[in-house]
Amino acid sequence: MSAVVAEHDDHHADEHHDHGPAKGLLRWIITTNHKDIGTLYLLFALAMFFVGGAMAMVIRAELFEPGLQFVDPAFFNSMTTMHALVMVFGAVMPAFVGLANWQIPMMIGAPDMALPRMNNMSFWLLVAGVLLLASTLLMETGAPNAGWTFYPPLVLQPITVGKALPFAVFAVHLLGISSIMGAINIIATIFNMRAPSMKMMDMPLFVWTWLITAFLLIAVMPVFAGAVTMLLTDKFFHTSFFNAAGGGDPVLYQHIFWFFGHPEVYIMILPTFGVASTIIPVFARKPLFGYSSMVWATGSIAFFSFIVWAHHMFTVGMPMAGELYFMYATMIIAVPTGVKVFNWTATMWKGAMTFETPMLFSIAFVVLFTMGGLTGLMMALAPLDFQYHDTYFIVAHFHYTLVPASIFILMAAGYFWLPKWTGNMYNEKIGQLHFWLSAISVNILFFPQHFLGLAGMPRRIPDYAIQFADWNMVSSIGGFIFGLSQLLFLYIVIDTIRGGTGEKVTAEVWEGSSNHSLEWTLPSPVPYHTWTTPPAVVPTEHVLDSH
Amino acid sequence: MNKIKKLSVGVTLMTIGQQAAHADYALNLMQGVTKVSHDIYDLHMLILWICVFIGVGVFGTMFYSIYHHRKSKGHEAAQFHENTTVEIIWTIIPTLILIGMAIPATKTMLELADVQQSDMTIQVTGKQWYWDYKYLNNDIHFESHLDEASEIAHRTKGADPRSVKNYLLEVDKPLVIPVKTKIRFVLTSGDVIHSWWVPDLGWKKDANPGFINEAWTSVDKAGTYRGQCTELCGRDHGFMPIVVIAMEQPDYDAWVKKTSEQQKQKPDLSNQSHDQLVAHGKSVYLKNCVGCHQIEGTGVTGLIPAITASPKVTGGIDPLIGFLQAGTSKMPAFSKLKDNELAEVITYIRNDLGNKVGDEIQPDKITPVYDDDNDEDDKNKVAP
Repeated sequence: MSAVVAEHDDHHADEHHDHGPAKGLLRWIITTNHKDIGTLYLLFALAMFFVGGAMAMVIRAELFEPGLQFVDPAFFNSMTTMHALVMVFGAVMPAFVGLANWQIPMMIGAPDMALPRMNNMSFWLLVAGVLLLASTLLMETGAPNAGWTFYPPLVLQPITVGKALPFAVFAVHLLGISSIMGAINIIATIFNMRAPSMKMMDMPLFVWTWLITAFLLIAVMPVFAGAVTMLLTDKFFHTSFFNAAGGGDPVLYQHIFWFFGHPEVYIMILPTFGVASTIIPVFARKPLFGYSSMVWATGSIAFFSFIVWAHHMFTVGMPMAGELYFMYATMIIAVPTGVKVFNWTATMWKGAMTFETPMLFSIAFVVLFTMGGLTGLMMALAPLDFQYHDTYFIVAHFHYTLVPASIFILMAAGYFWLPKWTGNMYNEKIGQLHFWLSAISVNILFFPQHFLGLAGMPRRIPDYAIQFADWNMVSSIGGFIFGLSQLLFLYIVIDTIRGGTGEKVTAEVWEGSSNHSLEWTLPSPVPYHTWTTPPAVVPTEHVLDSH
Repeated sequence: MNKIKKLSVGVTLMTIGQQAAHADYALNLMQGVTKVSHDIYDLHMLILWICVFIGVGVFGTMFYSIYHHRKSKGHEAAQFHENTTVEIIWTIIPTLILIGMAIPATKTMLELADVQQSDMTIQVTGKQWYWDYKYLNNDIHFESHLDEASEIAHRTKGADPRSVKNYLLEVDKPLVIPVKTKIRFVLTSGDVIHSWWVPDLGWKKDANPGFINEAWTSVDKAGTYRGQCTELCGRDHGFMPIVVIAMEQPDYDAWVKKTSEQQKQKPDLSNQSHDQLVAHGKSVYLKNCVGCHQIEGTGVTGLIPAITASPKVTGGIDPLIGFLQAGTSKMPAFSKLKDNELAEVITYIRNDLGNKVGDEIQPDKITPVYDDDNDEDDKNKVAP
């Protein structure tokens, strides 16, 4: 398959020239084509979205009514733990890597990713990592149940986590290696393989946000791997990193974890910003309002993400200087984030908007992500966090910044680019139905959780006092509707791949899209190999007129 | 417009929630009963309204645009972009708003953390899955477990939680404090990390094993205030509530007197009938053993051994006493149990939970196999 990428490379001129994909299953196992690997990532992420979603359904079913109806508390804890791990590492992150694989080469005029074989390897390591993690579900002693944050000493306690810990640790290692390889590939591609006429400040924002995200990944995945390795040695090799009796400190783990964990949440949201900044201008039929300020805002959010970690730990017992510093630093993030929201609004202002499904999801993203951002600002204030911390108010906050933000934008990206990738149009009516069901039910699901948290309901509990019953039931009903609605998305994806409405789409798909970025100048469906010669002209309407 | 409506409904509900704070459900943060909790509440409301104001502004602009600037209404797209003035304005204004928020937040934070000049100190130790309270100014020391009614209800399939008073928020022995007194709490843990939270006091604080955290409160109003552990601490994390009863000083003094006397009483080691031993043993079991070994003595597959049909339980009594008093690497030592409690629980586990040995042991037959003179809390103390 090396011939595929090296088609125009003189050194390989004597090799067999392969213009199409290999036949059969082997195509998907050995592929080095960025589009094939992108498809693998996206389908895997979709599958994991349903696996993680099924776990969320178990959680919401148990919380439907007070009392323990369905599951044992330890299994409930396994479900919250695995739901988070599967959604973060199995669904959201791989989905964005899938988008990066498909889109970055097409958007920058490159024939493929810079390191195609490594690309294949990073996908299969991801599968191995997730399978290793999922295998713990079949263990007699159950999957990890100490929360996705793996806080010691709980995660090391023999009566809590059985044999799952080393599996989870090695799964994290594999996922980390996979992510780092993916990130290296993305950076190498963006730096080296842009069309000659494309300067950095000509790149679409999706490419910019992924470039910055890739640096975040390289910086923090090793930190997470290090933290879980210390857990492993504490458990099996009698070290005492996190054990006070041996001179260690359990809170040290939390500092290390959140040094990874906070940038991690931006790893999931920065590409989201990138896709939103790509979709909104197309349907507003206007250039993005402030391209360069969006790039700077992304960069500064990424920078600040490294220096705010302990706002996850306000109640852990920090010195006053620490509390205040982390409060102020966290509050500052509201400024670049605000710049983003204002920019999207200004992009819509005086546009000529149409509201196809990708745009609907993107608008819902801006609104609902902003709500999650505003509650984030509330909990950035340390004294308030002494009430909010570890309650359902926090659960509501981070689900607002993940579900109607990252997940909605991934849906939007699916609707936006599937016609380009497959050459088929999705069914707009079902798409809109999917949107409205999702947008309404996601609020029924998560909005009442603000009330629950403020009223005093802690997170990660399988059963609750009677005064929390009403809103939990409302939330669960919203959850079930939301979960079922996603089957429509599955249907649409399958239907579109198989022909969709039967309407053959144009190269542009969306009116005027070729003014915005390069992939829309390619035919639909996009050929297996694209940009074997780089494009001569790149769209520059998103930058200053004086450019 | 849908979203704005939803938001305004939410805000209205929150305002109503303020008035109905003691109704069956609440929508907003509770105001609490301390100065700090009031300050936190006021700050919360201030920031909430600022956020609502920002939200209405941003979403209002967006929805105006969505309504008027649509292609179906024939609106032509303007092509403007990049306006430095606008961008500076929308950077400066949020920064100023943030500074405005940071000032009251800093004040409240300083107040929240000022544990100096306290009148009394209570040591709170989180343990799986109960709280251990020790009044450092007098010798009062007791454990506070989930009450028996909730304990049985949440472990019994088909039980109706609604029939239990204060389901999951009731304890056998509440923490009692005097009102209008500055009480300093020192928090630590005997096993994993817990977090002690009573919303009416305005804060939570983590209880970390091997370290000591500090916090304080001064309650304005006598009353009963409930809370829960808020840091995931294992399978029964949801079942270790906190109940604080704040009393007027004379009532508190009377409580101290009564409790001190009770604690000085020697346990009643007189003989009991077999049925009495079993019945009392069940209570001891529900407090101390049920979290791990489960209500039917089944244990947890692969993690915690069953009591049912366990040779350790049904074998000789003396080794069993030693086992309970010494503990294992997995099981804590139950040296804290009095002789009568040991006799009761041993008789219970040998004759219930699927076991039928048919014998009993009386309190005066318990021989100290593992004598622990030290206060068991000393084990948890590590010099800071």
